[in-house]
This record gives sequence, structure tokens and C-alpha cells, in this order.
Amino acid sequence: MAETLLKVAGLQAWYGESHILHGVDFEIRRGELVTLLGRNGAGKTTTLRSIMGILGKRTGSIAFDGRETIGMPSDHIARLGIAYCPEERGIFSSLNVDENLRLPPVVKPGGLSIEEIYKLFPNLLERRHSQGTKLSGGEQQMLAIGRILRTGATLLLLDEPTEGLAPVIVQRIGEIIRQLKSRGFTILLVEQNFHFAATVADRHYVMEDGRVIDTIASSDVQQSIGKLQTYLGV
Amino acid sequence: MFELLGIAPQALFGQLLLGLINGAFYAMLSLGLAVIFGMLNVINFTHGAQYMMGAFAAWLLLGLLDVPFWASLVIAPIIVGLFGIVLEKLMLKRIYHLDHLYGFLLTFGLALVIEGLFQWKWGSSGAPYPNPIPGGYNLGFMFLPTYRGFVVVAALVICLATWYGIERTKLGAYLRAATENPTLVRAFGINVPRLITLTYGLGVALAALAGVLAAPIQQVSALMGVNLVLVVFAVVVIGGMGSIMGSIVTGFGLGLVEGLTKVFYPPASNTVIFVVMALVLLIKPAGLFGQTK
Repeated sequence: MAETLLKVAGLQAWYGESHILHGVDFEIRRGELVTLLGRNGAGKTTTLRSIMGILGKRTGSIAFDGRETIGMPSDHIARLGIAYCPEERGIFSSLNVDENLRLPPVVKPGGLSIEEIYKLFPNLLERRHSQGTKLSGGEQQMLAIGRILRTGATLLLLDEPTEGLAPVIVQRIGEIIRQLKSRGFTILLVEQNFHFAATVADRHYVMEDGRVIDTIASSDVQQSIGKLQTYLGV
Repeated sequence: MFELLGIAPQALFGQLLLGLINGAFYAMLSLGLAVIFGMLNVINFTHGAQYMMGAFAAWLLLGLLDVPFWASLVIAPIIVGLFGIVLEKLMLKRIYHLDHLYGFLLTFGLALVIEGLFQWKWGSSGAPYPNPIPGGYNLGFMFLPTYRGFVVVAALVICLATWYGIERTKLGAYLRAATENPTLVRAFGINVPRLITLTYGLGVALAALAGVLAAPIQQVSALMGVNLVLVVFAVVVIGGMGSIMGSIVTGFGLGLVEGLTKVFYPPASNTVIFVVMALVLLIKPAGLFGQTK
């Protein structure tokens, strides 16, 4: 079994005065694809933002590759090899597609080349001189994923990459995520779309009220479907 | 045609040249303000004082160390830019999370302190700076002093180089991206606080560079930036807060408008820019090149 790449223990986090995470514990092994499931407001996005270090106040422990990152500013965390694809995608309107793609600096060797990324997302190559925010939602999502593949980061944090996209594009993103896993990326995926998550992930952590309350292996999903429906309120 | 208008061509072209020179300074200064505002969200009212410091730095370098004008053109902006970096590190960075008003008050107060100190030390009458390229050309319809022609060309080069640096280079892409979403840019591994410090240093150095260029034309005096900075703010408002090309085009354009007003209706020449500002604000509140957020 592969070693642990990310270990989160007793993580608490606040947005200003509001206390969002109340002690989150989970871990991801190298090369795994793990999802965080849960209803709106369970703390999934906050967990990703906490790992990335872009939240005001955090306590507890987040160890990446054996190094404690809880006190680090986010640019240091990124340079350890964690990359973040935010829910709102964060495409820059003052940059064209190519500039958006080349923006995140390479932090480690082993990332994809620009050519490989354009091969993975041919639409982006066609539109490389367009303003980033002129792309369709699906293309923007591909750009947001594509640009973090160049950096050499080994852990990708993907926040609802399928949100608001047409089924055919969701399918395409699913294929890409599977390809990334087979290339050796470790992925932490936040998803509302459980049916999508079930097709790609090794394991699912279920969050509720700022805590991880259950773990379900992908192989047990069929048996646990009733339990999951209660958790997710579907 | 000139007879019809009742204006001597010498007067018209003379004022146009003067307008172009003023415009060159408006453009360089508003460019620095636009860069700073875009990145720091601070309206840098110290800009006029920093322009004055550039001129003083050149004057002191010449008087004390015999440093020639051409060397000062590089050294003075570096000195004043470093001073800007210290200001940013010590004071400005503490107020980014507050309302614009605090940045305005802080930089305005700093300008008063700096200008007061220079006035106390060197008085306010001003000192001359020798013209590094005396002489000129008779163009037939007017006489062009060589140095003034040089200033216009130098300002254009500086403005276009700055525009290129911001719009077409990797560092510029970081700047533009960090202006939009500093949190995310930082989460990509870029040291955004350092980028902000450097941006302020660069904006301040631009003001100082304009000050060095102005030294041979104007008297070097503690208050030389006071009136200029007001006009430059009007230029920034007309061009659109934070727009780079807007600052350049508006700067030169308004210099010319001012020059033409001096020819056709001299009493309005001091107010014409503010009239244009009022009209632009009525019709396009975000400025000619600005984008409403």
C-alpha cells in the first residue's frame, strides 16, 4: 500500500467570526483519488481552502508529504506541490487563454508540457488567443484544470469541476480525471454529483457540519447507497 | 488658414508643443498612479512629492557628486523607488484591507510631510538645473528646443515600455492576474506581497523619472509636484482608474487640449481639464477607458 501523502487531523477553520470546520480528520495516499461528499455548507470547499492555506484562521494539523503546513502562507504550500482548482474556476479576464495556462509557475519537475495540455484539451489550443473569460463554462473548467497540470504539483484539489456543465462535458471531464489518476496524480475531489464521483474515485469521505463522519470505499458504494442517500439528502 | 483664425502659426505650434510636453508628464505620472491603483487599491497622493524627489535627487547628485543628467536618469528613480519600497513595507501594507479613504489620507499626509521637509531644508524658491542638450532646430514654422523634443520622445518610449511590460510579459501577466484575484495567484505559488511591494516601487520610480526629466525645464523646487498632481488625478479619472493605455492616451490628449485652449481661449486653460473631467464623469462615470466593475 502506498504511503500517506496528505494527512489532515483535527482541522478547525473560521471565516471571520463563523466557525466552519470543527475537527476534520482524513488522509490520502499517494496516487489515490478521494472525494469529499456532503451537502451544501458541510465544509467541503472550506476544507480545500484550508489545505491551500487561503483561509484566515486554521488550527489542527495538515501534513503534506510529512511536512506540517498549517502555519504556512499559501504560496509556500503551493511550492510544496499542491495545486488548487477553485469552484468558481478563477479564470483571469485580463489574460488570454495561453497566458492563463502559463500563469501558475512550475514548482517541481514532472508536470505536463504545454503541448501535452493542449493535446488533452484541443479546444483550448484553438482558442488560445481569446480572452480567458470569453470561453464557454466547460472550456473555462478545462482551462482551470489544465493550468495546474503544468506546475509539477503532485496533489490536485478539484472543487466541483462538473458544476453547471452539460452531461457530455461532465463525461469528458470524468475521462480526463481518470487519465490524470493513471498518470500518477493524487487527487482530492469535492463533488455534489455523487453519480459522477462514484465513477472516478477510490474512496469517499462524507462530511457533515464541519466534520468527516464516514468513509465509504468505492467497492462498497452499492451496499451503502441507502446510507449515502440519507447523508446527501437526495 | 492661420490668417482666417487670426492666430500666428508660431503661437499655435508653440502651444501645441508645450501641450505635448505637459501631456508627456501627465501621461508618465498618471501611468504610475494607474499601475499602483490597479495593484494596491491605493490612490497614491504621494505621487507629486515623489516626482519632486526625483528632480531633487538629480539636482543633488549633480551638485554634490557631479553626477551628469544621463546617469541621474537611471540613479534618481532607483533611489526614489527604494524610498517607495520602504514606505510600502513600513506603512502602506498595513492599510490595504481598509477603505480607499485611508490610503488616500495616509499618502496625502505623507506628501505634506515630505514636501514640508524639502521646503524647510531647501526653501521654496527653486533652483535651476542646467539643460543637458541646449540648442534647438528651426522647423520653419516654429523653433523646437532639442531638450523639449527629447522629453516628448523619451516619455513616449517610457510609456510604451511600461505598457509592453504590463500587457505582454510574464511579470505583467502576474501583475494583471494579481490585480484581479490576489488570493488565487498566491495559491499558485507566487509571492504576491512581494509583487505588490515591487509594483509600488516601480510606480514611484516612474514618478521620479518624470521628475528628473522635468528638472531642466522647470525649477527644482519642493512644491513643483503639488499643482501637477491635481491635474494628473483629473487625467486618471478621465482615462479610467487603473487603465494603462487610458492613462497614456488621456495624458497626451489632455496636454494638447490644454495647449489649444491657451491659444484660443487663454482664461480657460487652467480649468479646461477639470471641465473635461466633469463632462466625462457625467457621460461615462468609469472614465473613457475604464471598466465598470
